[in-house]
Order: sequence, then C-alpha cells, then structure tokens
Amino acid sequence: MATEGINQGRRRFLTASTAVIGGAGVIVTAIPFVKSWLPSARAESAGAPVTVPLGKIEKGQMVRYAWRGLPVFVVNRTPEQLEWLPKQDPRLRDPMSKESDQPRYCQNEHRSIKPEWMVLIGICTHLGCVPDYKGEVRPEPFDPDWKGGFYCPCHHSRYDIAARVYQGVPAPLNMTVPPYHFIDDTHIQIGVDPKGAA
Amino acid sequence: MTEHVTVHPRNRLAAWIEERLPVFSFLASHTSGYYAPKNFNVMYYFGSLALLVLANQILTGIFLTMFYNPSAAGAFDSVQYIMRDVKWGWLIRYMHEVGASMFFIVVYLHMFRGLMYGSYKKPRELVWLLGMLIFLALMAEAFMGYVLPWGNMSFWGAKVIITLFSAVPWIGDTLVTWIMGNYFPADATLNRFFALHVIALPLVLLLLVVLHLAALHEVGSNNPDGVEIKQKKGPDGHPLDGIPFHPYYTVKDLFGVGVFLIICAFIIFFEPTVGGYFLEPDNSIPANNLVTPAAIKPVWYFSPFYAILRMIPSKGWGVLALLASIVLLFLVPWLDRGKVKSIRYRGTGYKVALTIFAIVFVLLGTIGADLTAIWIPEIFGANADVTFIENLYGRILVILYFGFFVFLWAYTYFGWERTRPVPERVSMHE
Amino acid sequence: MMRMSRTLTFILLPLLLLVGTPGAFAEEGGGLPSANTNIHDQASLQRGARLFFNYCVGCHSLKYLRYSRMAADLGLTEQQVMENLDFTGARFGDPVISAMPAADAQKWFGKDPPDLSLEVAAKGADWVSAYLHSFYLDPTSQVGWNNTVLVNAAMPFPLWELQGIQTAVMGPAQDGLPPQVEKLVLKQAGSMTPVQYDQAVRDLVSFLQYASEPAALERTHIGAWVVLYLALFTFFAFLLKKEYWKDVH
Repeated sequence: MATEGINQGRRRFLTASTAVIGGAGVIVTAIPFVKSWLPSARAESAGAPVTVPLGKIEKGQMVRYAWRGLPVFVVNRTPEQLEWLPKQDPRLRDPMSKESDQPRYCQNEHRSIKPEWMVLIGICTHLGCVPDYKGEVRPEPFDPDWKGGFYCPCHHSRYDIAARVYQGVPAPLNMTVPPYHFIDDTHIQIGVDPKGAA
Repeated sequence: MTEHVTVHPRNRLAAWIEERLPVFSFLASHTSGYYAPKNFNVMYYFGSLALLVLANQILTGIFLTMFYNPSAAGAFDSVQYIMRDVKWGWLIRYMHEVGASMFFIVVYLHMFRGLMYGSYKKPRELVWLLGMLIFLALMAEAFMGYVLPWGNMSFWGAKVIITLFSAVPWIGDTLVTWIMGNYFPADATLNRFFALHVIALPLVLLLLVVLHLAALHEVGSNNPDGVEIKQKKGPDGHPLDGIPFHPYYTVKDLFGVGVFLIICAFIIFFEPTVGGYFLEPDNSIPANNLVTPAAIKPVWYFSPFYAILRMIPSKGWGVLALLASIVLLFLVPWLDRGKVKSIRYRGTGYKVALTIFAIVFVLLGTIGADLTAIWIPEIFGANADVTFIENLYGRILVILYFGFFVFLWAYTYFGWERTRPVPERVSMHE
Repeated sequence: MMRMSRTLTFILLPLLLLVGTPGAFAEEGGGLPSANTNIHDQASLQRGARLFFNYCVGCHSLKYLRYSRMAADLGLTEQQVMENLDFTGARFGDPVISAMPAADAQKWFGKDPPDLSLEVAAKGADWVSAYLHSFYLDPTSQVGWNNTVLVNAAMPFPLWELQGIQTAVMGPAQDGLPPQVEKLVLKQAGSMTPVQYDQAVRDLVSFLQYASEPAALERTHIGAWVVLYLALFTFFAFLLKKEYWKDVH
C-alpha cells in the first residue's frame, strides 16, 4: 500500500460531495415515508366539507353535526341571547377572541358571519370534553347569573352564547370556530371558507 | 479478520460513553480494523447488498404494517388502500415487493459466489451454515409475506405449501390443520402468518445475520484466489494482501449500491410487476377458496425447488426431494473434500459441474414457473405431449441437480480432482 | 478485466435465459393482439371514462377508485365529474359503486358482475381489449350473447350499439367435439365504423388500465428523476472509489 503522492484535496472533495449527494438522497427518500402519515384519501373523503340545512333549526335551538370526526354545534341564537353578548365582556377571559382559534371573518363580538347563526366546534378547550348547550337565560345551579351559553360537565368550565370562556374556570380559551360559509340563506357548508376570505 | 482498534474520542460525551461501553472501538475494529483481501471481484458485492435489502425490507415493512389490515375480510382491500389512498403508499409497497425479489437475486448470487470460491471450506463452515439458516428463514419469511395480500395466488400458494406438511407420516393431516388453525387458509392462518412475518422471523433473521457477520469477522473473508491472507503478514502486523474494509471496501460497496439501486429504481418505477414475475396477475383477484387460479405456481424465487417437487411422481418422495435439495446445500462443506478453495485452481471436473449446476438451477426455475408450457409447443409443435416432454426434461434436470452433490463428494473423496497450484499471494486483475 | 467480464457473464446469462424465454413477458392468454393502450393520453382516458360511465357502471363498480382521484388524474373538474359521470348520487370523495343492486344481479346473471378496479391488472389490457371485440349473438346462451375469449361469459354485450352485432361462423365438428367458432362476422353495422370502435375500445381499456393502478401516472415521471439522481450519485461514488483505490496495488 503506497501512501505517498495522495491528492488529499481531491480525496476530501470527493468524500464530501458523495456524502452531500447521498445525504440529500436519504432526506428526499424520507419524504414519502413522512407524508404517508398524513390523512389518506379515505380520511380526506370522510373529512370532506359538510352541508348543513338551516331551515329546520328553530330560534334558540342547537343542532350537532360531525365534521372530520369533530362535533360541530350550529345554534340559531335568539335576539335575547344576542342582547346579552356585549354585557358579558367584563366577566370573560378574552372577550375580543384575540387568543382563540377562529377564522378572521368570525373574530367579532358574536364570533360568526351572521349574528344569529353561531357555528363552533363543541370541544372544551380545557381537556377536550364536549360541553352541554344551556341556551336559556335563567339562573342555573352552576351560575345564578346565567345568560345562556355552554357548560362543560367535566370540570365546570362555562362559555357564553358566543362560546367565549368565562373567567375563573379551568378552560383557557374560547372554543374554536371552524371555517364555514353560506351557500345560500338556508344552507351553510362547514369546512370551506367564504369566497375571497381565507 | 478483525484487528482490535482502540478509539479515544475527543468529544467529551463520546469519551464518556466509550469509557463505559466501547461502541466506537467496536465499530472501528469491525470497519477500519477489519482486513479484507484486496482482490475481491464483482461477486463480492452481494453480501453488503443483501444487508441493504434487509434494511429496506424492515423499513418499508414497518410502514406497510401501519396501513395493512391482517384479516381475511380486510387484507385485500387494505393493500389497495395502500396503493391508492395512503400518500406515497404505492412507492412503499413497491419498494417492499421489489425488495423481496431482489433479496433472493442477491442471496442466490451470494451463495453461488460461495460455491465458486469455496467460501464454505475450513475455517468458514459455520459462516456457510449460518448463511444457509438465513436462506431458510428468508424462504419462510418470503412465503408468509406472499400470503398477506390475500389475493387468489396468496390463498392458493398458502394452501399448497401448507399441504406439503401432510406428507409427514402419522401426523401430517393434523399438522396441516394445526398450521392453518382451520380447515382451509382463513383468518387464523392470516393472523399467525402476519405475526410471524412482521415480528418473529425478522428477529430470527436479524440474529442470524449478526451471527453470520460475527463468524465471518472471526475467520476473515475468503477471496477469489482462495488464499488465506493472514498467513502472509507484513512488518506492521497487517496481512500483506489485506486492506482495511473501511475506507476501501466501504467506498467500493457504495459504488455497488449505486449501480444496484439504479436497477431497483428501474424496476420499481417502470416495471414493478416484472411482467407478472414479481407481482402475479392472479394476485389482483381477491382470495377465493372455491376457484383455483388457472396457472398455480409459486413466485419465481421458489420455482427451482417447486420444480423438483413437481417432477417426482410421488407426494412423499417429492416432499423429501424438495427437503433434500436444500439440506444437501447445508452439507456442502463436508461433501466437498477438496483442499483447494477457488474454482480458479480447481480441477476441470469441478468447473464443469458447477457451471452445469447453475444452469440446471435456472432451468428448473423455468419449469417451476411453467414456462415449459409455452416453449415446448413452440419447439415440438402444437400437438406435442407437453407433460411427457416436460417430465423427461425436468427429471433429467433433477438428476443433474442431485448429481452435482454426488459428483462433488466422489470427485474429491476418491482423489479424482487434478488441481492447479494455488499461489502464495492473491492476484489482482484490473 | 477478462475474469471480471467472465464473472459478469455468469450472472447475466441465467437472467437473460429467464427473460429471453419466449412468452416470458406475455400476459395471460399470450398471442392476443396488443391493446395499444396509453394511460398518459389524457384525452383518451377522458373518452374511456365517458364510455365506462355510459355503458359499464350500470353493472360494474370501480370500488377502489374515487371520483375525486379520477377527476384530478383525468384533468376534470368536480362539477364535470358530478354532473356527467356520477349517476348514483355518490359524494365526490366516494369510490365508484355500480347502480345495480346485488340481488338483481344474482337473479339476472346468476352471479355478481365483477368489480373492474383491477381487471386489467388481473387479466392484462390485451385480454380485456380482445374480450370487448369478441362478443357474438348466441341464441343458445342465457343472456343471448357469447364470447370467444371468455366462453359462456354470463354477460350481455353492452357496446353492441357501437360495434354492431357479430355472429359466429362455426367450424366443422371434429372427433365428436362440438363445433368450434371459426370466425366472427359483423351481421349488422353499429353506430361506429370498425376503426372508430377499435379506438373506443382502446380508450375504454386505457381507462380501465389507469383505474387498476392510478399511481402509474406519476410513477414513471418520478422514476426518471430518481434514476437520474442515482446515476449522479453512482458517478461520484465511482470517482471516490477510484481515488481511494489508488493506494491499492
């Protein structure tokens, strides 16, 4: 074995370039494996946008739908419920929904596109339970000053009728609002933003 | 042969680990401390390529397991789910499927290399035996993997191969029912094959591979000249004809890996079924326990052994012959009494016999793959008696297959072999 | 070098023997005329899909192919697919299920019409093409039709309006065997000329070939890049090997 006359520079260059090319190949090869964990076409199909007819939901009533396996609440709010909304602000953690998750077109006092129609993902931001709908404005055992909203039976978190969380409960954030849009006056589609809003 | 290398890492964490568990010294001893003969030729790529394919099978297999459903009702659908709905699932499955066939190509060539250069001879008998055990485990692994897609070929392949066990005297039929866990291949069969394929046999394979390599690194690699390089050492204590595995053979194998992957990529991306050899058309039909596929034959890598089974006109003897065809390979180190290892310096008889043996193996494969049904009418005319010609031709091949082992023993035992002198040092051909 | 090439021959010869054996690459039912399909011809796939959804989906499903996947692969919009091809009220993300209830199928044909998702993978494009060319009127058959490629197929011929009606010319009876079909002749012309019909079948079989493996569309494109990359890697590995092996004499 002769070690004299070795071009160390060339050797280093070739080692480095082969390593870089090979390493790039390994990284690119990893991509299909990582991506295989994303929702499959079956999961995507099951999680396709859901169309909800609004015609049969009466004033003050809430209806549940499943979208991507999540419970989506659709509430037809009464004028009385809406009237109380701004007055709750001092009792809330985040009345302007600055911290919580909602489409930008729903970041307003009533957290919706149209004031009367509330659409939300009914999952408590504390530990993921599904809160109950307590729509009526009347004293409740858990809150003598109740103005309508959502109450989580697991750890007693309370939300107002716009799913904004009250102070002094374990839940940290307002409940999430999914993307949705009005197809026409009586149908909404959950999972798709309105045209021009993203 | 491994020379112990002690590493003193400069990195403090590495030094801390090394002091407690000398992994770096271990790795160095088995790479830059492993002196391999400098005259390896192209036949010496297949060992490291087999290791590469094993890694590929494990990686892609783990991912397939995440999406596959091992139930008779769901297995076939879940394979199509992988092929269509799972993102990049088709690529992962094709890598696994092509990998299985490539595994056998590489392993068959690796074994043939051993026969060419006498790599099974003293002191490497155990390396050979462990290798044969790997081959056996690999056949079981491949067979059970082949059943999992639960296509009609999977089902009938399972049925036929399991039924081989009915040839066992006294308990045969009970054994078959026990293996299947039912009276035909069913959910129970699929579930146990799944467990064996994804857990039990891979563990066995890995253990055997580690032992195979450990045994090899103890005695050192053979080479195309069949010269023991550790008998001629230089003043530095290293074999004169040896070079450290790292960097010389790591860079060489890297090149081999590149060429091999190009071949694999061509198959995976442009012809993943290889004309029905790697993926059989009949396996695109879901398992049906009432309808046997028109052409029932095992996947190509079993076809030589399957041909031996088929050519024997008796169930018991056929299974025995099948068994013997593999057992005899285990015995090669003791059947061959010749002192000269490499075919380069062995008698003409051995050269001719090994060449015939290799050709016979491939031709038996074409019988097992049912190609005879196509080419016999082409050669002998449409009215030819295919069965008669195939049996005649196939049985000659079977006799030649077993004849190789008999010849190998007699040729060396009775001293008929006229060998050429083996050189002191290895020769380089560039 | 001599020895190396000899060794290479040793490896390659058996492979060549295997590959070169006549018919080794022919799909089942060798000797059939080539279907001449091209899954990369999108217009052909679209025409084939239209034929499938007009003539086949009444009985046959493509249960592993989703409308949404088909739309994306065939360059169709959701609206085009849902309005022109989806006759069963399935959702866009659903797979293609046939309109016929299984019970009816059992009653009419004595068996379920098979799912065609993997028909080309199982039988080969050539076979499917030949099958669609080989229906003839057979009053003795329960469904009124027979087929020379799949004898006694329990399937009426849905494309007869296009191809026309073929009848069989029977050969002489031999060795006590019933007479065999010698050839098929077109008794009544269809709405297509034979050349047009050949193209229609080519489109339909191309579509079914696509349906049997949708990934085939992207597979070859990706493969070209992979091979190119590997060639580059191998070239550098080769230079690296050459460089290091300068030490070895």
